[in-house]
Amino acid sequence: MTGEAPKRSGLAIWLPLAVFGAFFALVIWGLYRPADRDVASAFIGKPLPQFNLPAATEDRPGLSTAEMKAGKPRLLNVFASWCVPCAVEAPQLEALRQQGVDIDGVAIRDRSEDLNRFLATYGNPFTRIGKDDLSEVQLGIGSSGVPETFVIDGKGVIRHQHIGEIRPEDVPMILEKLKEAQS
Amino acid sequence: MIAEIGLAVLWMAAALAVLQLFAGFSALRPGGKALAGVVRPLAVMQGVLVAISFLALIDLFLETDLSVKLVAANSHSMKPFIFKLAGTWGNHEGSMLLWITIMAVSGGVVALVEKRLREDTLIATLAGQAFVSLGFYAFLLLSSNPFERLPEPAPEGQGLNPLLQDIGLAFHPPTLYVGYVGLSVAFSFAIGALITRDVGPAFARAMRPWVLGAWIFLTVGITAGSYWAYYTLGWGGWWFWDPVENASLMPWLAATALLHSCSVLASRNALRAWTVMLGVIAFSMSMVGTFLVRSGILTSVHAFAVDPERGSFILALLAIYIGGALALFGIRASTVTEGERFSLFSREASLVFNNVMLCGILGIVLLGTLYPLMTEAFGAKVSVGPPYFNPVSAIFAIPMMLMMGVGPLLRWRKDKPSRITATVAIPALVVALVLLAVVLMFPSIRILPMLGIAVGAGLAVGSWLPLKGRNLRRTPFAVWGMVVAHCGLGVALLGAASESAFSTERLAAMNVGDTQSVGPIALKLEKIEPVAGPNWTAIEATVTASYKGGTPVTLHPQARTFTSPPGERTESALHTRWNGQLYAVLGNEGDDGRWQMRFWWKPFVPLLWLGGLLVAFGGLLALIGRVAQDVKRVRVNDKIAFRKTQQDMLK
Repeated sequence: MTGEAPKRSGLAIWLPLAVFGAFFALVIWGLYRPADRDVASAFIGKPLPQFNLPAATEDRPGLSTAEMKAGKPRLLNVFASWCVPCAVEAPQLEALRQQGVDIDGVAIRDRSEDLNRFLATYGNPFTRIGKDDLSEVQLGIGSSGVPETFVIDGKGVIRHQHIGEIRPEDVPMILEKLKEAQS
Repeated sequence: MIAEIGLAVLWMAAALAVLQLFAGFSALRPGGKALAGVVRPLAVMQGVLVAISFLALIDLFLETDLSVKLVAANSHSMKPFIFKLAGTWGNHEGSMLLWITIMAVSGGVVALVEKRLREDTLIATLAGQAFVSLGFYAFLLLSSNPFERLPEPAPEGQGLNPLLQDIGLAFHPPTLYVGYVGLSVAFSFAIGALITRDVGPAFARAMRPWVLGAWIFLTVGITAGSYWAYYTLGWGGWWFWDPVENASLMPWLAATALLHSCSVLASRNALRAWTVMLGVIAFSMSMVGTFLVRSGILTSVHAFAVDPERGSFILALLAIYIGGALALFGIRASTVTEGERFSLFSREASLVFNNVMLCGILGIVLLGTLYPLMTEAFGAKVSVGPPYFNPVSAIFAIPMMLMMGVGPLLRWRKDKPSRITATVAIPALVVALVLLAVVLMFPSIRILPMLGIAVGAGLAVGSWLPLKGRNLRRTPFAVWGMVVAHCGLGVALLGAASESAFSTERLAAMNVGDTQSVGPIALKLEKIEPVAGPNWTAIEATVTASYKGGTPVTLHPQARTFTSPPGERTESALHTRWNGQLYAVLGNEGDDGRWQMRFWWKPFVPLLWLGGLLVAFGGLLALIGRVAQDVKRVRVNDKIAFRKTQQDMLK
């Protein structure tokens, strides 16, 4: 390194402004984005892939495809203890559970002690929790992030995908989708 | 009456800021010299008026004047004094008034004391400061008036969010705020220097104490915030990479880089354009942080002040100030003449390396914070957490901390590797031995905590080596400051790595009389009983804990229920020993009548916050040293000038 070049390149000097411009465009979009949080997934209407995940915690069994074909529609929640929106949606999952909805969880790249802490803090609405350390199942069902929630019908077919946290106003919609999956 | 006075002086201060801006700009034009004399007094007056306005708001909160909307919405007559005081800034309007108060008062102080800088650069700086404050005056007066009256006084206030009723949180946000806003002074100096093309050592020396001061407050604020999150949220964690935490970390990273490049510019007249750019970036990060927190654009556990309309306003300010400043930088930077050169093996080069690493961490934190928003733009929603932040920031942080053991030993401009090899061998040996010991004794811990322990120990030791061969009594305060701050970072890293590697946890359902153990500590649940505080009631557990069979100590974890406004909060109980901390949380009562209890034993975790405070203390030493040096320099210059006039008179 020999200090600063005598003539600075014109492009490098404008780089901070360019980064700021990109940031600005992004947040403008973010601030005024449409409220629609549903994205039609290519996996809707397809059966779940074959998987058999080990238990992620001591007090809940693991999760396999066979158990997802129990004849009654259920929710499959993809979450992680390190995910902040997952904590935000916990009360809504709990509310769904209290209305008799069965919820299974897939914990993504998590450690059991972190998971226990998370579930102890925010409640544990799950019947089963599978441990998905390589995101295999997550990718297999077309989920690209946490949290995501899938409505699975009684035959193990994906009927609906909810991307992002379930907000209180989303709960009736989820219940509606579960009812649709029943038929 | 107090509310009306507060509002009136605030409007007057805003008017003075307009005058300050126009007088400043006219003074910089040819023929405008007549106005140059009024800029400093205007800045001082503006500072005084805003301070009066802020005191008026404090008074309204202390008296709990329920005819004022803000007080009614955020305070309660039953609240303890300290939280009435903290209520002043524990809300959007009050915190914005605090923001503008800090800006105006520091502008006033600059106008009063700054004598070294060229007069035109100082005027440009003060005009810049007025320009930035005007945006916040507009925000405050047009959309967030803190002095608004209710048509009918409220019968009782609605209180303060229970999470915020904590002594740590009463003072943590204003501390961070002073840091955020203190960087606005650095920003104004950078703008002033760009306008007058006066980027040199004098500019760096004028800016440095402000950067140092802001940086100290940021350091204390982040350390305190981390401790607050640790003991109130009851998760036993101390850093969550939450957007709000990142919002405070990013300005700190930029300010740290700025601090170091400022030193290079002040003593070596190198890194001119880079320092100016960091001056702009540091304050940009404060504003970006404020925007991310206030707009609610990102989901956060801290989202207490969310309002998209306010978000739009802050975004507009961001576009004007940051966009404008970066554009000015683009236009002017190519005309800033090149600074002094230095060799690849020199103090300057090591500081450049660390600056680049700091900016690297800043970049990945910014990217990680915004990433969920970016992917959302392409239709996917993700959350980014510690699995990304920890390893990726370590890629930059570990080389940086290794370099911190070498850089301070190097000479300015040019040095020979052979001169420092023997000295550098000491910390290198410490790192190697500690790493070996950890690998052999605890093979099961993960790689990052392992490296953290080794590098932290090496830095804690190696940071003292720049004192080698110096006369300790004559060593400048600034050098002591650097040594202490670097050592503090090593200590903090040791604490963090040890917490991550060696913590043990126990989750148990306990009856009164049951015993448990966590790590080396034996625990007994003695009793559970209700207790009452000034505006809350709680279930309190009494737990005795004994370390390796020693004398038991008593802990009182609580589950508190607040009455005004209603809310719940766990109050964890901590017991600190020299070699670690016991953390106890009382959970809910189970169906079988047993109580959910959680305990952690966290070896050496207090080092984390101790290290943070050491870093801040180092900054304080450096600040005292620099200010004392500046005062001395000003005195000497005055004396020289005085002698000169005497001699001239004799002629």
